[in-house]
Amino acid sequence: MRTERMRAWLGAALLALAGCAAGSALAAEAPGAAEEAPKAGSGWQHWRADTDVTNLASVQRGARNFTSYCLGCHSLKYERWSRLGTDLAIPDSLLQKELLPPGDKPTQYILTSMPAADAEAWFGKAPPDLSLMARARGRDYLYQFLKTFYLDPTRPTGANNLRLPATSMPAVLSELEGVKRAVFKDVTRSVGGQLLHEQEFDHFEQVAPGRLSAAEYDGFVRDTVNFLDYVGEPTQAARRSLGLWVVLFLLVFTWLAWLMKREYWKDVH
Amino acid sequence: MAVKSASGAPATLPGGEAPAARNGFWGWINKRLPVDEFIREQLTGYFAPKNFNIWYFFGSLALVVLVLQLVTGIFLTMFYKVGEASSFDSVEYIMREVNYGWLIRYLHSTGASAFFIVVYLHMFRAFLYGSYRKPRELLWLFGMAVYLALMAEAFMGYVLPWGNMSFWGAQVIVNLFGTIPGIGPGLVEWIRGDYGIADATLNRFFSLHVAALPLGLLLLVALHLVALRRSGSNNPDGIEIKEKLGPDGTPLDGIPFHPYYTVKDVFGIGLFLVILAIIVFFVPTLGGLFLEAPNFEPANPLSTPEHIAPVWYFTPFYAILRAVPDQRMGALLMLLAVVSFLFMPWLDRSPVKSMRYRGWLSRTALALFAVSFVALGYLGLQPADGVYVVLARIFTVIYFAYFWLMPIYTKLDPVKPVPERVVYRAH
Repeated sequence: MRTERMRAWLGAALLALAGCAAGSALAAEAPGAAEEAPKAGSGWQHWRADTDVTNLASVQRGARNFTSYCLGCHSLKYERWSRLGTDLAIPDSLLQKELLPPGDKPTQYILTSMPAADAEAWFGKAPPDLSLMARARGRDYLYQFLKTFYLDPTRPTGANNLRLPATSMPAVLSELEGVKRAVFKDVTRSVGGQLLHEQEFDHFEQVAPGRLSAAEYDGFVRDTVNFLDYVGEPTQAARRSLGLWVVLFLLVFTWLAWLMKREYWKDVH
Repeated sequence: MAVKSASGAPATLPGGEAPAARNGFWGWINKRLPVDEFIREQLTGYFAPKNFNIWYFFGSLALVVLVLQLVTGIFLTMFYKVGEASSFDSVEYIMREVNYGWLIRYLHSTGASAFFIVVYLHMFRAFLYGSYRKPRELLWLFGMAVYLALMAEAFMGYVLPWGNMSFWGAQVIVNLFGTIPGIGPGLVEWIRGDYGIADATLNRFFSLHVAALPLGLLLLVALHLVALRRSGSNNPDGIEIKEKLGPDGTPLDGIPFHPYYTVKDVFGIGLFLVILAIIVFFVPTLGGLFLEAPNFEPANPLSTPEHIAPVWYFTPFYAILRAVPDQRMGALLMLLAVVSFLFMPWLDRSPVKSMRYRGWLSRTALALFAVSFVALGYLGLQPADGVYVVLARIFTVIYFAYFWLMPIYTKLDPVKPVPERVVYRAH
């Protein structure tokens, strides 16, 4: 009966809907998507990287930023220079001249020249490989991390970070961003009937200017994050463009299959 | 060679006639291998109820996903290098340097989740129309065995990329065996082959994932299908079509599986592949649901992820485990949650099979069960504190009430009369 069939489809649709709802609720909890509850006066937990990996110029600038400022300590051990050149449309000559460390071949992986043992002795912890950092922590995490370094004389590096408190990474980008001081305010909150006094981040104060303006530095960070997003999954742009054709083909195939099914089922009474 | 219909009587409907003996190459083959006979008995001469609805797509889809997993798995095994020091790197090698390796890997990882979606819907169909009832008890039990083997297969496959969540997930799941009184701690060591989740564990999980369990799965799926052919498919009306035979001895409400259901299933497969392709090409991690963010960091015994949660298809059971304060009781209840399915054929005392002819009691019970299964799945992904635990306990009670109160409510349920013939309206 029609109503029975309708009911079955309706049931399936409802189930699919519930699945989608659950999926999107969970998707909202992807890394970097959901952070701690917003605190008054501080919005940094909600800063979004808003990068676009198909923006080739931005990824190229990010590659330049990475080789100039990150490669001294961090590797991209799963990415080859030649792959980077091909994907980012950087001609071989330019790659060799501007990006490749002296002595490295294009087919080599992008590795820092800093020995891990030294790094561990200097920083207490070897700087992590960044190939998959954008996938493991999310783009927003990286963006917030690079934007929330502040002066902290109690730390061995002289700097601290809001996104990753007590980070062992020094504020290497302060040359560009300038030096910031974090202003905290005292807050009192009641937790389980007890009054807790704690310090909460309020805002940043620029102590010394950097070579870049605030807007320029923001662009610098976004480009760098965009590049790390590309490195996290170099095939992602190709994946999406191929996907479009595959889905289109399958839609046509399914439509033809439907026509064939309808034709055959005309015999069934 | 007499053609048998599902009822055992000779079949003469379209597609079911015994063809003239063939000569030439095919004749030569058929004298030695019963190819034509197999096609007649299993496809053209097998009569399935004509009133299947959308819920009946999921059986053939499960078969499609099984093949997808086997084929992509074979290609992944060509490049994957098992070992504590090489597993993670080799997966990234597949993702970056193997031609279309990313596609094969995403198909396999998405296929794992798709397998469970399809199997859960396939099982829900059985709940809806009473497909586990007599005479299909063994069919149901084989299906459940497939489900159990699939859980083991998925769990071990999940460990292989050796990401941080793989490692800690394995730690939690394997430790559950430690709650068995007496032999527990020794058993855990025996499973791991080490004092912790380590290289030895990874190697044996690989062996089980690519050899032992797929073989077991194939055998169980074959038994599931053989049992299906013996009893014939149930249908949305829960009526045995074999009881109403036409003058030619074939079921009046049956149609040959091939071509009618093969063409219909091709359409279903098309729909399924569209959805699969959208996920694989556009959202392969599905927001951390199909591929979790912590698994993009290599296994690290010194750094525990913020909260450990298994992949979504295990979370209903994980939520039940955590709803109980005592770990041993929790593990026992989790086991019972899975095992309860096995008793369905004997717990259900309703005089009718299909939900179409059952009363409000059975319908409400099934609706509550479905809601609590999904809710537990959600709660299993959340941290185990506060209101989440309270909710998990409530839904755990509903979950078990569905099974163990079934003999009572299915007897009290006001059922409707079942029609003589299946309900079907030609398009």
